[in-house]
Amino acid sequence: MSYTKRNDGRKFDETRPIEAKVGVIKNADGSAYFKIGKTVAYAAVYGPRGIHPKFLQNPKNGKLRCFYNMMPFSSMGERVRPGANRRAKEIAMVTEKALLPIIDLIEFPNSVVDVFIELPQTDAGTRCAGICAASMALADAGIPMKDMVASVSIGRVDDKLVVDLDYSEESYEDGTVADIPIAVISRTGEISLLQMDGKLSREDLKKAIEMAKQACSKIDKIQRDALKKKYEVKNE
Amino acid sequence: MGKLLVENKTIVTPGEELAEGMDFLPAEGTFRDKDKIIASGLGLVNINGRLIKTISMAGRYIPKRGDTIIAKVTDILMSGWILDIASAYSAVLSVKEAKDFIRRDADLTKYYDIDDYIITNIIRVTSQRLVDVSMKGPGLRKLIGGRIIKANSNKVPRIIGKGGSMVSMIKQATECSITVGQNGIVWISGSPEKEIIVVKTIKKIEQEAHISGLTDRIKTFLEKETNKKINIEKVE
Repeated sequence: MSYTKRNDGRKFDETRPIEAKVGVIKNADGSAYFKIGKTVAYAAVYGPRGIHPKFLQNPKNGKLRCFYNMMPFSSMGERVRPGANRRAKEIAMVTEKALLPIIDLIEFPNSVVDVFIELPQTDAGTRCAGICAASMALADAGIPMKDMVASVSIGRVDDKLVVDLDYSEESYEDGTVADIPIAVISRTGEISLLQMDGKLSREDLKKAIEMAKQACSKIDKIQRDALKKKYEVKNE
Repeated sequence: MGKLLVENKTIVTPGEELAEGMDFLPAEGTFRDKDKIIASGLGLVNINGRLIKTISMAGRYIPKRGDTIIAKVTDILMSGWILDIASAYSAVLSVKEAKDFIRRDADLTKYYDIDDYIITNIIRVTSQRLVDVSMKGPGLRKLIGGRIIKANSNKVPRIIGKGGSMVSMIKQATECSITVGQNGIVWISGSPEKEIIVVKTIKKIEQEAHISGLTDRIKTFLEKETNKKINIEKVE
């Protein structure tokens, strides 16, 4: 049996509805909210600020440090145990690597920029939502950036390539599933995150990357509009 | 022939293309990629002849030599004080740079104690962002009484206004003494009700700094809050 119609009626190359906002956390230097379908991500940026212990300091460059956290009742399954686990640490690391090519901390030696990603509600695609939110929050914090990064997951559900899987597709039972989160640097089209879970042919992977680039350019526009909206002239 | 891709005074996001061709030159907040000029942060475009720069909307204070700032004493050393200057880095005030001569064995807390706020001047910044400050100069002193608020250091020029016009208008309307540090820390001293008005006004300036006609809007705002007419001399 093949996957002919998506569970929520979307087109195969359509993302879930997206909402984006910046400046949502008052005490942070920069913050953003990114919602894609039922997945919600908040990102808060603090810094550049001093870093301790001292051996973590880099006198040649500033440091980027990311934290990823799924809140205890965010998923549909069991309660997530609070605190960092193996998965969260890995995702924090890949998020950091996805964001590093766009930020420029050469002006801030011996300092750190902290990015905290919190997920109050999840329905697959959390690392992608987290990266999108973090990219906006970094821009909102006024960190020198060469570009912005957008991210989406592409998957193969049975025999079809689909954009932005939700949980029901990720756990599709009538066939095999592959899930590929991809982050794309918007202006240059470079890829800063590419992971793969499941099997995929070479041709399908090429197609998947093309689909990701298209979806990411749409997400990028939403991100930029959200940033500009913060400074829009309000008519009183 | 070069071509501008954005209008003057628009808000741009990181990675946005500002101009094409070699006729334009990238200044602060922009960089060149082949024949294009790209924004390297969220900011307001400023085109001055051939120069294109972006004025940052957010971000921590970056210490600069010659800036007069308001700092908080966070620690006391054998021969000086460590100051929090609302930046990624702390500053050091050496006893040699204190206002009067201080004996070698003197108790430094008698001069400036922990948690005291001082107005001070940056005399040195190294490549590794080590900051030295001095108390030698007119108007540099310890702050007693009043209240401290933290504003965005990028908005300080708007809070002060052209030739100090904005801050003197607030002073005239509220009869408070106000000192604005280049690092965004503002000290206000006056009657409690009037101090609140100053705080509100500064928050309003911060929010609307990038929208033209700021002085007039602040003037009407102050007139409404204080119930009195303000006469301002136009500073050209």
